[in-house]
Amino acid sequence: MAVPPLLALRGVSKHFGAVQALADVDLTIRAGEVVALMGDNGAGKSTLVKVIAGVSLADRGVVEWQGEPVHVRRPRDATDLGIATVYQDLALCDNLDVVGNLFLGREIRRIGILDEVEMERRTRDLLSTLAIRIPNVRVPVAALSGGQRQTVAIARSLLGDPRVVLLDEPTASLGVQQTAQVLDLVERMRDHGLGVLLISHNMGDVKAVADLAAVLRLGRNNGLFDVNTTSHEQIIASITGATGDAVTRRTPRPGEAER
Amino acid sequence: MSGRRIDLKGHAETVRHRMSSGEFGSVPVVLGLLLIWVIFQSLNSNFLSPRNLSNLSVDIVGTGLIAVGIVFVLLVGEIDLSVGSVSGFGAVVFAVLNVQNGMAEWLAVIVAVLCGTAIGLVQGFFFARVGVPAFVVTLAGLLGWSGLMLYLLGTSGTVNLDDEGLVATLTSHYFGNVAVAYGVAALGTAVYFLASYRDRRHRRATGMPCRSLAEIALRTGVVGLIVFGAAYVLNQFRGLPLALLIFLVVVAGLDLLLRRTPYGRRVYAVGGGAEAARRVGVNIVRVRISVFAVSASMAVVGGLFLASRITSASQTSGTGLLLLNAIAAAVIGGVSLFGGHGTTWSAFLGILVIQSIASGMALLGIQAAVQFMITGGVLLAAVVVDSLVRQAQKAHGRA
Repeated sequence: MAVPPLLALRGVSKHFGAVQALADVDLTIRAGEVVALMGDNGAGKSTLVKVIAGVSLADRGVVEWQGEPVHVRRPRDATDLGIATVYQDLALCDNLDVVGNLFLGREIRRIGILDEVEMERRTRDLLSTLAIRIPNVRVPVAALSGGQRQTVAIARSLLGDPRVVLLDEPTASLGVQQTAQVLDLVERMRDHGLGVLLISHNMGDVKAVADLAAVLRLGRNNGLFDVNTTSHEQIIASITGATGDAVTRRTPRPGEAER
Repeated sequence: MSGRRIDLKGHAETVRHRMSSGEFGSVPVVLGLLLIWVIFQSLNSNFLSPRNLSNLSVDIVGTGLIAVGIVFVLLVGEIDLSVGSVSGFGAVVFAVLNVQNGMAEWLAVIVAVLCGTAIGLVQGFFFARVGVPAFVVTLAGLLGWSGLMLYLLGTSGTVNLDDEGLVATLTSHYFGNVAVAYGVAALGTAVYFLASYRDRRHRRATGMPCRSLAEIALRTGVVGLIVFGAAYVLNQFRGLPLALLIFLVVVAGLDLLLRRTPYGRRVYAVGGGAEAARRVGVNIVRVRISVFAVSASMAVVGGLFLASRITSASQTSGTGLLLLNAIAAAVIGGVSLFGGHGTTWSAFLGILVIQSIASGMALLGIQAAVQFMITGGVLLAAVVVDSLVRQAQKAHGRA
C-alpha cells in the first residue's frame, strides 16, 4: 500500500460573510516534496495557509495528517502535529543574536540560568545541517542581510522538528543573491525529507525549487501541475484564468496592436 | 599560525559588529569618565583624594539604585517619570511607619518597598493592559505620588530618622578593617575568573570556539586591577562603605537576572521586537508590567538610601533633579532610549559620571547654574551617541 501523504486537505471551504474565500479546495503535501501554492491576489492562498496553520478555522472539509483525519483549531494544534509556519514579515528581535532568536520562548536552562553554551551548540548543529552560513551566531540579527535573516527565521521554525513547513512568500523582499540563499535552503529541507508548501508569486522561484504547483483561482483549485513538464505559460494561464478571461480576451486599444 | 590569524580576524569582526550595534556602549562612557577625572584632578588636587572618592562612592548609591530600576523600563523602550516621587513617597512611608507609629525598622522597610512594587504594578497595568502611554501614566504618577507623600507627612514637614537605626546605618557604616575591602575585591576577581574559566571548559568540551586562556587571564587582570585599586583607595579613608557594597551586589545580581535568565531574555526581546516576542509565546503584557514593578521597587530602595544619607525624610524627598539624574545616569551609561540595549552596569557607570561632575564642581566652588548646564550637555552628548549608533545600525542591518 502506498504511504499516505503527510498532509492532505479535502474539500476545504471557508467564507467570510458573502465572500467565498475557499470552495472545495484539495491539497496534498508529501514528504520530500516542495509544493508551490500559486494564485493571483485574493485567490485564497493566505486563507488556506491560515487554515492549515490553525489561525482560522475552515467551515467545511477534512484535514488529514498521515492518513488520519485531524482537527486543527489553534496554532498550537498545528505545531504539535509538526506543521511549522514562517510568515512573510520576518518576526525576529533585532537586538538579540542568532542564538537568542532561535531559542526565544523555549530557552534551555540549567537551574534557572540560561545554558548559553548548549543553545549555541544546537544552533551551530542546526545551521551546519542546513548548510546555512552565518559569519557569527553571536551577532545581533540587525547586522545580518535580509537573506540571512530569512534563513534564520526558517531555521527557527525547524527547531521543533516539524514534518511540514509552510513558507509565506519567503523571497518577496529579497534581492537575487539572497533569494538564491533561501531557495537553496528550501531544497535542503526537501532533501531532509520535509514537506514544504511554498507560497509564491514568483514563477522563477517556483520553477527553480518546486516539484508541483497547485494553482488557486477565486478560491477554487484551478490545476495541479508538474513543474518540470509544464510550461511557464500554462501555469500563468491557469493563474489568470486560462485563455477565456478578461485580460487576454480584451480588445486591443488603438496603438497597442502595433507594438 | 594561520589558525591563530583567522581567530584574530574573527575576533576583530565580532568587535566591529558589536561596536556598530551598540553592544560596546560602555567604551565611550569609560573614556568620558577618565577624562572628567583627569580634568578635575588637574584643577583641584583634592578631587582624586581617598576622602573625596570615598564620599563619591556613597553619594552615587541612592540615585544609582533608582537608575538601575529605570534600566528595566528603558530596556522595553518605555520611560518611567514617577521614580523621583515614588522614592520620596517610599522614604516617607518608612519614616511615618517607623518613627511616628513605632513599627519595627525591618518591617517598615519591607512595607515601604512593597508599596513601591504595588505602585509599579498599578502603573504597569494602566500602560500594558489599558494601553495608556507610559509617559502619561507615570507623569500622572509623578504628581499623584508626591501628593500622597505630602498628605502622609501632614503638618510635620520633616521626619528625622533614628541616627543609630538600620536605615541610617546603610550609608554611615564603613568596614574599617582593611581585610574586608580586599576580601571583597579578591572574591569578585575570583568569581569573574571562575565563571570565565568554567565557560571556556564547557565550550571546549563541546568543541565550540572559546576564549584563550591568555585572554581570560588578561581580562581577569584588568578586573582585578580595578577592584583592588578601588579597595586600596577606600581603605586609605574609612574602608569599604556598606552602601557601596550593597549597590554593587544589587547591580551584579540584577545584571545576572537580565542577561542570564529566561525572564531577562524576554525583557530584551520585548524591547527589540515586541511583535516577534508575542508570536513565539512571550507574554508581553506580563513582561511590561513587571519592569514597572521593578522600577518602582528600586525607586523606593534608592529613596531609603537617600533618606539614610541625610537621616530624614521630608517634603523635599524625591524632588528636584533626582528623576532627571536617574534617567540621565542610565542613558549616559549607554542604555538606549529606543529599547533593547544596555545593562545595569550602564547605570552604574552613568551615575559615576554624573556624581563625579557634581562632586568636582562642588570642590571648585562652581555655582549650581553652571553645573546644570554642564550635566545637560553631557546628557545631550550621550543621547546623540545613542541616536547615531542606532542610525548606523539601521544602515548596517538593512543594507
